[in-house]
Amino acid sequence: MRPSAVRLLNILVPIKRAVDYAVKIRVNPEQTGIDLNVKHSMNPFDEIAVEEAVRIRERLKDAVKSIKVVTIGPPKSAETLRTALAMGADSAVHVEIPDSAPSPEPLGVAKTLKALIERQKEGVDIVILGKQAIDDDAGQTGQMLAGLMGWSQATFASKVEVNPEQKVANITREIDGGLEELRCKLPVIITTDLRQVQLLNEPRYASLPNIMKAKKKPVEKLTAAELGVDITPRLETIKVTEPPKRVGGGKVANVDELLAKLKEAGFTGKRA
Amino acid sequence: MLTRTVLRSRAPNLNRLLHSSSRISRQLFDPSTVERVSEDVDVCIVGAGPAGLSTAIRLKQLEHKLGKELRVVVLEKGAEVGSHTLSGAVIEPRALDELLPDWALRDDHPLTQSATSSHMRFLTKSLSIPIPHPPQMSNQGNYIVSLSRFTAWLGNIAEEMGVEVYPGFAGAGVVYTDDGSVAGVRTNEVGLDRLGCMKESFEPGMEFRARVTLIAEGAHGSIAKELIQKFDLRRNSDPQTYGIGLKEVWRVDPAQYRPGEVVHTMGWPLDFRTYGGGWVYHMADGLVSLGLVIGLDYANPYLSPYKEFQRMKHHPYFAELLSGNSTRIAYGGRSLNEGGLQSVPQLHFPGGALVGCSAGFVNVAKIKGTHNAMKSGMLAAEAAAAALSQEPSSGPADMSRYETAVKNSWVWSDLNEVRNLRESFHTPLGIWGGIMYSGVDSLLLKGRTPWTFRNRARLTDAQHTQPAYRFLPINYPPPQPPLSTDLLTSLTLTGTNHAEDQPVHLRVRKDGNENTALRKLHVQRNLSEYAGLLQRACPAGVYEYVEDETAADGWNGHKLVINSQNCIHCKLCDIKVPTQDITWTVPEGGGGPKYTIT
Repeated sequence: MRPSAVRLLNILVPIKRAVDYAVKIRVNPEQTGIDLNVKHSMNPFDEIAVEEAVRIRERLKDAVKSIKVVTIGPPKSAETLRTALAMGADSAVHVEIPDSAPSPEPLGVAKTLKALIERQKEGVDIVILGKQAIDDDAGQTGQMLAGLMGWSQATFASKVEVNPEQKVANITREIDGGLEELRCKLPVIITTDLRQVQLLNEPRYASLPNIMKAKKKPVEKLTAAELGVDITPRLETIKVTEPPKRVGGGKVANVDELLAKLKEAGFTGKRA
Repeated sequence: MLTRTVLRSRAPNLNRLLHSSSRISRQLFDPSTVERVSEDVDVCIVGAGPAGLSTAIRLKQLEHKLGKELRVVVLEKGAEVGSHTLSGAVIEPRALDELLPDWALRDDHPLTQSATSSHMRFLTKSLSIPIPHPPQMSNQGNYIVSLSRFTAWLGNIAEEMGVEVYPGFAGAGVVYTDDGSVAGVRTNEVGLDRLGCMKESFEPGMEFRARVTLIAEGAHGSIAKELIQKFDLRRNSDPQTYGIGLKEVWRVDPAQYRPGEVVHTMGWPLDFRTYGGGWVYHMADGLVSLGLVIGLDYANPYLSPYKEFQRMKHHPYFAELLSGNSTRIAYGGRSLNEGGLQSVPQLHFPGGALVGCSAGFVNVAKIKGTHNAMKSGMLAAEAAAAALSQEPSSGPADMSRYETAVKNSWVWSDLNEVRNLRESFHTPLGIWGGIMYSGVDSLLLKGRTPWTFRNRARLTDAQHTQPAYRFLPINYPPPQPPLSTDLLTSLTLTGTNHAEDQPVHLRVRKDGNENTALRKLHVQRNLSEYAGLLQRACPAGVYEYVEDETAADGWNGHKLVINSQNCIHCKLCDIKVPTQDITWTVPEGGGGPKYTIT
């Protein structure tokens, strides 16, 4: 680790292009997955992550040197990067995978992010990710990345306060029993949550003037091979089906009828 | 990592007080004092549909001729190009052949399914009788496509050519110069709450100042409506009349799939007084597009277009088509023009023009409008390029040569041939009169008649609605899944949504006025005279007349509830409400349906 002079912070926000939350999904005819010919947009948790990065900069002003967004996805993911740039990120990295390739798994993503972070000459101090993607609901990438990097992590964050002079971040987490406050040494991995009462933040709109400006911001294109990472999936999806349709229930007139129906269904009684 | 765990019990109310943004300090948005970012462009096009994109592509093709680069911006209210596009569709590639002669060589083009046959059937409750169809409906050389996919494809081509396409941003209003000509458009505000106050995320819409502004919003566009009124563009033409098209896309059982088959139906479930008909188009990849168009001049306020469509699917012809291993994958609806030649307004105004269905070039006999829309866009582009090559002198761009070009093009002769057919249905003989006249005119005369049926009385679709007391309520059967479903289940397939905390985009507004008294009057007249027509007519369940004794804007214990989040942008309400007091305005861009295969 570098000796800590007052160093300016570099924030990395990985984002994912996922099926839009309002779309009604269908299993594809081959039963290998869902029909992907539908509207996609930035994973909502990742929107919150980008917004949080921009807000940290608004609070800390010059202490934040750069906000970089990165995505691992097909060529169309470039649009998602542009939206993040329009929300306030400075630059972007697009690790391109072919259209036909399967969506990368959390471990593959974490390894790619590790390789990317190690490539950054100026280092990375804060990585903010969405807690999970709404298509696979894995919720693993942030934690895996923290493990690979050996960094502190604060997942399901509902409040983030960064202190650049002391190089710590005070983070409030949502846990089952309530709220947990952590003080983490930088560099730190944060994953964003939706707060029960109110969002960690409400992501800003990408306004049209900002979208136009975003077209001029730099987007670096890389491949996983260039980063020296193998993102071949380790899991094979065998079959995807819709849940069985609900069959109607029936009403029984009395206990005897109930017992008869239970016997029909194959339930036998046991003496306690 | 230092940790200090503090368990805090959740006290939601206290937290809500501490964290909720205080609405009291929010200011009401005042459009007259707002400062907007302004961009200068050469041409601004509102609407990234086939017409708007053909205009943009043509403009870029003309850059070589002009010898200078043109900055062309296309605004689109849908979240993506194609999200708000819905049509049958069997398209005549005539305009595409002119616009992109090598389209067949591009490996991603969507015209993969030719129309192989064309039939017409007359439906009774249980039979489907083959009948001859007008020759205009033969589909030799045409393609069955999803217009949404086709439009998305055109959008990619436009972007490759350097057109700036901005989906998610609606053209919300017109920017005028001091002398009243059109200087450009402004996009919608974002970040207004339900009361019209500015939230933290508020950003005013931006202005695009353009020398030529082209409106390509599709049927009954909101900006087009404003411009037609302001410049009195209909002074020499008849009012536009419309139909509502409701559509579903199904993946049918392979045994029922006959790729390339095109079928149109008339008769059941509509009665002889109601214009309309169904369609079945077998698209590529095992998909079938089917639907029902109903003329919005229907008289019976008890008619529910959605329920007519659902019960049509129980007819043996459709039931068989959709039997076996079939799944419904899409649903949607959109108004379409039916007025034909007589209803085409003056196309140009100082500073711009109307292209595509915003003007209204649908050939009702062929049930096709895409070819004319695209061609009109191309002609507008040529006229705009000519206007731009002139020095930017004091006056606004003069697009009158566009109007002349349209009148001299095949668009005009295409519409002229069929100009009397739709209007022939407006006699007491209903569809029988129409069929008889249309048979003769389309088969023998081909429009070569000295007469043109006009709507001299200037009756609009809304005015054709008759009071409810003249009719009995229609007894629609309840939905029987999987063939027919209830409206809200179908609505989920559109993917429609609008951000919740924004002003309701459907305004109860007449002559620019909105107030409680007007809303009360709306409820009174619509409930007492028209049996709550909007509640039955809207294909998205937006309008409800609910019981509420205490409502300030209610009448007789009922009030109007507008579930604007459901809206699929079909424009039926603006067209058909008998009291003509619903104005459709653009919501925040990016909302509305997310069609991909319609």
